Amino acid sequence: MLTAYLLLAGLVFAVGLFGVLTRRNAVGILLGIELMLNAVNINLVAFARYGAGVAGWILALFVIAVTVAEIAVGLAVVIVIFRVRRTIEADHLTLLRG
Amino acid sequence: MTGEAAAFGAMALVLVGSSLGVVLARNLFHSVLWLASALVATAGVFLLLHAEFLAAVQVLLYAGGVVTIVVFAIMLTERLVGQTIRQMNRGLVGGGLVAGTVFLAVALAVVRAPTPAAGPGPGDTAALGRALLTTWVLPFEVLGALLVAALLGALYLAREEP
Repeated sequence: MLTAYLLLAGLVFAVGLFGVLTRRNAVGILLGIELMLNAVNINLVAFARYGAGVAGWILALFVIAVTVAEIAVGLAVVIVIFRVRRTIEADHLTLLRG
Repeated sequence: MTGEAAAFGAMALVLVGSSLGVVLARNLFHSVLWLASALVATAGVFLLLHAEFLAAVQVLLYAGGVVTIVVFAIMLTERLVGQTIRQMNRGLVGGGLVAGTVFLAVALAVVRAPTPAAGPGPGDTAALGRALLTTWVLPFEVLGALLVAALLGALYLAREEP
């Protein structure tokens, strides 16, 4: 049964990764990252249930808290970028391109 | 098929379907709604794993807070008022290949790994609270500092232009 949960988490992770790689909108990319972190949480809680004990729960809690912080700051950055550049399409934000 | 297996199958179906909806939806608002559905399905998975507190936190913070904040951000970055944000995806084939490879690698590792020794299990929410305040108190406090820093950072970044 543990394997089933881990495979589910791996699948959701892969779908999130696909979203991060293909989305153009910066917010869309952040949604993909959300899915990946969600998959990690499923992994942690599954391991907590099947052997790791409360440490898995605690780490999952920390991941949720860090995700909330990351989303807040990430979206603030997206808003600032939109204010300055009037676009948040990843293809148009090429200032750092070599 | 046991009850747990049937419930797991249902939750897994909803979760994977919603995740695909998140990454494939053309309208960004629809993506966010699919994400909310995926997060609630994850809370259901947590309930199946007997992690009630985490399921509640998941619904409160993730499906409640994160989805709300993303909707706000979408509203603030819309080009024209009233125009739905259309998504064009790029590099679908390459992205699909990479994601598929990652999933295959993870699946192989998971299926081949030996089953870990069955531990005592995490216990109940009281055990979680006790662990947070004894063994894990230092990361807990650092997390509080991190949240304050993130709040201040987000406030400062998105402040009103003078």
